[in-house]
Amino acid sequence: MGLKGFAIKKIIAAIITIFAIVGVNFVIFRMAPGDPVRMMFRDPRISGEQMQLIREKFGLDKPLWGQFISYLKELSHGNLGLSFWQKRPVLDVITDRIPQTLLLVLTALTIAMFLGTIFGALAGWKRGTRVDSFILSLSLTMYSIPAFSLGIILLLIFAYILSIFPLSGMTTPASGLTGLGYWKDVLWHMCLPAFSIIMWYIGEYVLLTRGSMLDTLRKDYILTARAKGLKESTILIKHALRNALLPVITVTGVNIGFAVAGVIEVETVFSWPGIGRLVYDAVMKRDYPLLQGVFLVFAISIVLANLVIDLIYGYIDPRIKVGGEKK
Amino acid sequence: MALLEVKNLKVYYFTRKGTAKAVDGVNFSIDKNETLGLIGESGCGKTTTALSLMRFVTPPGRIVKGKIVFDGRDIISMSNEEIRLLRGKEISIVFQAAQNALNPVMTIEKQISEGILEHESITEDEALERAKNQLNLVGIGDERSKSYPHELSGGMKQRVMIAMATVCNPKLLILDEPVTGLDVIVQRQILSLINDLRAKLHLTIVIIAHDLSVIAETCDKIAVMYAGKIVEQASAVSLYKNPMHPYSQALIKAYPSIKGEKKKLKSIPGAPPRLVNPPPGCKFHPRCSYAADICRKKEPIIREKEGHLVACHLN
Repeated sequence: MGLKGFAIKKIIAAIITIFAIVGVNFVIFRMAPGDPVRMMFRDPRISGEQMQLIREKFGLDKPLWGQFISYLKELSHGNLGLSFWQKRPVLDVITDRIPQTLLLVLTALTIAMFLGTIFGALAGWKRGTRVDSFILSLSLTMYSIPAFSLGIILLLIFAYILSIFPLSGMTTPASGLTGLGYWKDVLWHMCLPAFSIIMWYIGEYVLLTRGSMLDTLRKDYILTARAKGLKESTILIKHALRNALLPVITVTGVNIGFAVAGVIEVETVFSWPGIGRLVYDAVMKRDYPLLQGVFLVFAISIVLANLVIDLIYGYIDPRIKVGGEKK
Repeated sequence: MALLEVKNLKVYYFTRKGTAKAVDGVNFSIDKNETLGLIGESGCGKTTTALSLMRFVTPPGRIVKGKIVFDGRDIISMSNEEIRLLRGKEISIVFQAAQNALNPVMTIEKQISEGILEHESITEDEALERAKNQLNLVGIGDERSKSYPHELSGGMKQRVMIAMATVCNPKLLILDEPVTGLDVIVQRQILSLINDLRAKLHLTIVIIAHDLSVIAETCDKIAVMYAGKIVEQASAVSLYKNPMHPYSQALIKAYPSIKGEKKKLKSIPGAPPRLVNPPPGCKFHPRCSYAADICRKKEPIIREKEGHLVACHLN
């Protein structure tokens, strides 16, 4: 079957997963308490008939089953429905927000992954030394502080008291900046939210890489490498790190998926106009179609990220291909 | 002059339960082109002895005393860099359990060539070519050289390990239980491969095993270890035919012979002594059927008798 068959198998599995998610996704929001129409019109003077009319307009009068069928039908045309709250197609609302989130998440995650892996590998290699305990205790601390509470502290100190960084948003409102000036402004706004995400993920990567490194260093092939008379640095990079990074790559797949969903708190704290902030607003407004759409995007991004990692894995770990090759 | 001389080597493991004297005053020497067999039960200190020869003893273990003189240089007092340059180039080892001793994400030719590149100034292509030749020498064809370890059988992995250890023409090769865990036919193949290489590459070998009959043919002389000490040492033939120490006798009786008459196999009663608090006197006395009073009180010293070196009061 080989690498190609392995890839096809993984892709089919991903498609099936997405289908299952669509179904679950639909049901979950219908089971949540709260009436969307009531949330739209909090005025008690609105009559029952008027509410009924609105329900019919959004198809909420149909039974659950009927709603699901029409949802699937529209979904197949790429129509995710109309946002109750913004009165615009859900797809437009979401696509407006995706770039901002990706910018924040991918930047933060890349930096965190890079630094976390280096420090984690170093700590594992220097196990039991001062370097190790310093890195380990610092990352445990970082890992235990939720990103949003670190965010609030950062806001208080650096934005409110010291006024080095802006309080919220992604750009300075009505600044009229373009080109390089605009990007500098975005970068300036991104510092604090990115930092609070980075700190949390660095902690995770350090702990993970360190643990994986310790496992690998106990393996017989490390001793074999020493018996060959290789330099310690060669053993570290070519034998230990190469093998220790395999589980780290797996977690990265999961992280990229969850990071898109997981920045809800950070985006809310910093009023970052991304998809996480959108979720917060949609929940507050009981905007079913929007929530459903956003969750679908989250789920698909998790599935896709895992698919990509699976495919990369098949490439970097020679043992995986054999797993898919069973005849 | 002997290629390797081990004098009064003591390697202790400092554990929470106490000090385990894994190797407790071992002496032996090997001449060039000679093969020494080191046999004994699990935990008798034979692997620790082998690891000490390459200075692979790690905490909580430590070489506390003794001298290991290899080719005129003392291994114990060498700097880390000196010992690194020695490893793989002048002294090589094939570890027990070759199944996990290869890096799973590297092709076997890469793993072999990397050792050559470390010790010799040649190009990568030349090193790969040498690796392929070496694989051919141990009976693995060119078409296999780009394989990953998981694509090979146990016997083939052991061949790769042997190829890797001999690729720089080491002066001394250590084989730690080279055939343990392989089936009998593969054992036979690996042993004849070792004999083959020994002749072709003029190797000096230390071979470790727990089964005397397996290595008797391969070795020139054999040392029997018990509880961290060598209890008997003699030429392979003499030791096999005429073992003097009760423990050597028991070891030989514990394994079946194909050619001779059918005898009932005798197991050695009891278990190997704990190394933390060994029994007083001769360490074998609780399991020895000839044990006398003196054995319980005084530790025997190793003496020469009829060409054997033997540590037993009764001989």
